[in-house]
Amino acid sequence: MRNLTLFGILTTLLLSASVVIGAGVDLGQVQKQEVNLSAIMMFLLFVSGTLGITYWAAQRTKTAKDFYTAGGGITGFQNGLAIAGDYMSAASFLGISGLVYGSGYDGLIFSIGWLVGWPVILFMVAEQLRNLGKYTFADVASYRLGQTPIRSMAACGSLVTVLLYLIAQMVGAGQLIQLLFGLEYWIAVVLVGVLMILYVTFGGMLATTWVQIIKAILLLVGATFMAFMVLKEVGFSFEALFTKAVAIHKKHDAIMGPGGLVTDPLSAISLGLGLMFGTAGLPHILMRFFTVSDAKEARKSVFYATGFIGYFYILTFIIGFGAILLVSTNPAYFSDFVAGKLKGGGNMPAIHLAHAVGGDIFLGFISAVAFATILAVVSGLTLAGASAVSHDLYANVFRRGRVDEAQEMRVSKMATIALGILAIILGIQFEKQNVAFMVYLAFTVAASANFPVLFLSIYWSKLTTRGAFIGGFIGLITALGLVIVGPTVWEDTLGFAKGSAPFQYKFPAIFSMTAGFISIWFFSITDSSARAKEDIAGFEAQDIRCQTGIGADGAVDH
Amino acid sequence: MQPDMVSKVKNHPKYRELIAKRTVFSWILTLIMCSIYYGFILLVAFDKEFLKTPIASGSIITIGIPLGVVVILSAFLLTGIYTWRANGTFDDLTREIKKDVQ
Repeated sequence: MRNLTLFGILTTLLLSASVVIGAGVDLGQVQKQEVNLSAIMMFLLFVSGTLGITYWAAQRTKTAKDFYTAGGGITGFQNGLAIAGDYMSAASFLGISGLVYGSGYDGLIFSIGWLVGWPVILFMVAEQLRNLGKYTFADVASYRLGQTPIRSMAACGSLVTVLLYLIAQMVGAGQLIQLLFGLEYWIAVVLVGVLMILYVTFGGMLATTWVQIIKAILLLVGATFMAFMVLKEVGFSFEALFTKAVAIHKKHDAIMGPGGLVTDPLSAISLGLGLMFGTAGLPHILMRFFTVSDAKEARKSVFYATGFIGYFYILTFIIGFGAILLVSTNPAYFSDFVAGKLKGGGNMPAIHLAHAVGGDIFLGFISAVAFATILAVVSGLTLAGASAVSHDLYANVFRRGRVDEAQEMRVSKMATIALGILAIILGIQFEKQNVAFMVYLAFTVAASANFPVLFLSIYWSKLTTRGAFIGGFIGLITALGLVIVGPTVWEDTLGFAKGSAPFQYKFPAIFSMTAGFISIWFFSITDSSARAKEDIAGFEAQDIRCQTGIGADGAVDH
Repeated sequence: MQPDMVSKVKNHPKYRELIAKRTVFSWILTLIMCSIYYGFILLVAFDKEFLKTPIASGSIITIGIPLGVVVILSAFLLTGIYTWRANGTFDDLTREIKKDVQ
């Protein structure tokens, strides 16, 4: 029955997609590209392939464990690729190569910040998560603490992070697809929302994982080809690449060193802290460690993921410089060549470069990959958000753990659909807003609320329920508050006068993380309740399981 | 977990060895990663000119570029070192402890 429904939806979707594409042809808005046929073909190929996988995964997704963690049978290498697929968003592919194209070296500084969180995740939380948790990071945070308050707190932290990230992805998706495929913005957003609901509700973590793996491979292959073609253009000499880029770029040799990205040391450190520890607090990333069988595979996942992500960032740097050579000199890629306005805006150099090195076919390929990238990221996010709702809020807070698996899975699927619809609505609402700051805000919240609670619950024996609950919320509220009264939202988004923001730092992580950690500490040590004694007494057994994995779930093989 | 299991594991000499070794090892590696990254960030903040110095006279490539690549490679290398040692030494110790207590 379920398979029939899925097929029905699949056919309807493919049909409506072709109708939509047909309708897109004669909509001649200034911003939109002409319809790119090879892009659409490759995109349809990707969609039908991944829906096929979803169909396959749906038959293997029977239990809650299957749904949340793909049965725990993913290998370290597969999980490493899936993590890379989850993490290399369109924002990092198009955004970083765009930043390199515009400012050169600053793009490298940003990408390094995005990478260095991974070793910290490996050394501090990866295997600990695997040994203590089941489906969500709240399992770990609430292992010995009061279930209701800690799961509520962790679910809030997760949902805020997921929603902020999701809005940024949806708006990015809408704008990108509008450009690449010539579709209306709202149609593009609805298409992304519907596909993601299909992957997650029917295929759960297994389908999500494979969508991420396929996307990671496509993106790495595409980016490798682009970087190779760029290097071939300059006779495989970096000296030649940089010499030509400096001669062409209007900032000349300023692109070879740090520019305006980081202005003062405090902001620099704060940006770094937010990126580094934010990565270690992203619920959709943390969730991936429950998909492998044991600590060994969890470690391997991070090792492979770090390799793929690091390699990818080196490629984007080459791609950005390649675009300076091959895109910035060709008026065909500009809507206004004299003013330096690229067709589609500042995030498009990598897309135009794809055309410059590989023609229409390769442009189609990269466009389809960019869309696939967004789909893979939003699916992971939605699954993490839905798990927070069904596993933490519904099963453990609302029903106090007295719930059968089938019911929990039903709630999870309903939560997925609700989150998908919410994402579509928010995506349409935020169309005209500048949402770039939302990714950084998501990282800041993750670093200030999720990470401190998770980290201290693993390592600090004197942590109490009260401390984690109050402190976690203080971290969350401080992070949100400081971004809102900071220059990015106060001045750039709300439109108040320059310099009028009550808080003058763009990157508040250093303050909000400190607020989170200190208040968790303070409200724990001053806690002398009976609950606190229970919390502290529970640490020893937790620590032994955490260190050795004794008592942790074994894998179920597929 | 049963209370007698907790005390059995806790008093196992290999357990203490595992905790001591792994704690020191993961903190050292974290410290190395943080020094490399925040050292790099402080260079960006305080000494932009140093990063803009050419790697050799007459070269267009600045010190900042290989340095940035080194930070990326070091992240990869450090995860490799940890994974290699943890999947070997630490897992061996864990296996021995589990065999003894179960």
